Amino acid sequence: MLQRTPLFDAHLRAGARMVDFAGWEMPLHYGSQLEEHRRVREDCGMFDVSHMRAVDVSGEDGTRFLRYLLANDVARLDAPGRALYSCMLDESGGILDDLLVYRLQGERYRLIVNAATAEADIAWLQRQAAAYDAAVTPRDYALIAVQGPRAREVVLSMLEGDARGSAERLARFAAVEFGEFFVARTGYTGEDGFELMLPQAGAEPLWTRLREAGVAPCGLGARDTLRLEAGLNLYGQDMNRDTTPLEANLGWTVAWEPAERDFVGRAALERQREGGAPRRLIGVVLDAKGVLRPHQTVLVDGRPCGELTSGSFAPTLGQAIGFARVESGAEGEFEVDIRGRRLPLRVVKPPFVRQGRPNI
Amino acid sequence: MSNTPAELKYAPTHEWLRREQDGTVTVGITDHAQAALGDLVFVEVPEIGRQVSVEEACAVVESVKAASDLYAPVAGEIVAVNEALADAPEQINEDPYGAGWIFKLRPSDEAAIDKLLDAAAYQAQIAEED
Repeated sequence: MLQRTPLFDAHLRAGARMVDFAGWEMPLHYGSQLEEHRRVREDCGMFDVSHMRAVDVSGEDGTRFLRYLLANDVARLDAPGRALYSCMLDESGGILDDLLVYRLQGERYRLIVNAATAEADIAWLQRQAAAYDAAVTPRDYALIAVQGPRAREVVLSMLEGDARGSAERLARFAAVEFGEFFVARTGYTGEDGFELMLPQAGAEPLWTRLREAGVAPCGLGARDTLRLEAGLNLYGQDMNRDTTPLEANLGWTVAWEPAERDFVGRAALERQREGGAPRRLIGVVLDAKGVLRPHQTVLVDGRPCGELTSGSFAPTLGQAIGFARVESGAEGEFEVDIRGRRLPLRVVKPPFVRQGRPNI
Repeated sequence: MSNTPAELKYAPTHEWLRREQDGTVTVGITDHAQAALGDLVFVEVPEIGRQVSVEEACAVVESVKAASDLYAPVAGEIVAVNEALADAPEQINEDPYGAGWIFKLRPSDEAAIDKLLDAAAYQAQIAEED
């Protein structure tokens, strides 16, 4: 039996094609994935991401605990309301999950973790927390991401008084709480916008108000092409427990300083940094006709050197883009094998699309 | 409910086939198939002159999400392909039985056409799949 979010009925009424995603019955699209993608780039769209899990960490040792658990350093969150992107690693430096961590008022933090890894993450966190004065509490909230150039304007128009003022003043990658309502200026599309977290009972009324305000419901299909254009990794596809941040183009999320901060996976990661990671993740563009897909073989000067981890038609660009994990030393003419045909790949630095504009 | 024209023949793998006056047959994918695949962004058509056997994978239609093979509903020689799809694959979504046709072939055994599904049988099949 698949799990359902509080918006399940609303999705069916809107004509969604539902799919199994990590054990959840989620909307893939509501008619046209391309149109939903365009709405987010040009106007405003919303996603039900209630399958993602909020996990709160509280207690005297909250900060010390997360400084040890995460490869990025929560001490960088110098004020309540700030957010940080981080990987959570195992002892060998493999990525258990990637997550956002928000610092809330007091010694409290909120982690937003992936649906597929949520149960394992919670077990891992709770096991590690035993040695600290820290409580790990999974929360069952609804989460709606409203994204696009008009997203802030629409959401702000629905807020009143203090809530509106505080949300309006939010910097990028910052959040604010009003009781059980949580507004964050974050997202996974490369566009400006908010992620709204609230008790499940409030999800459908809010979703309906957003629809009435002209916000297009968008499915996981558009979410995937938007995040890929924005150069954002997807856990389980571009990285997993067998890859380290250095092999996933996420070296920038590892806080090496201060050197005396130990974190899970640090020793293994330092060894890899010194010896050189054997593989790296690169952004690639296909200028020929065709579509890049995960697991297609990548060649350099005619020799296989890796494979695509993500690949899709990029609606904003009208051509295919992807991420490829290749041997670190691979330099030369890159090609992809698509059903036996070899087509040239151009290596580019993501993001492929920046603020709605091509960046390749 | 998807559109399933009565005058066409159908393969269980969601291709349609139309007999033409000149003895060739035109092949495409059904309305049901295009709806299931979603927005199409790329089509790989076979080479003209290629001999295909029945149920052989001979074209690929790619939506944003996935690539799907298209199988020859009957054996024969490819005699034409829809070149317009290279720049406008969305024609398959918009008009699967018209502008969205994919290739024409000359069947090596015309009797094989009669063994394909008629519209009612194909509709029954997709009703069962849903």
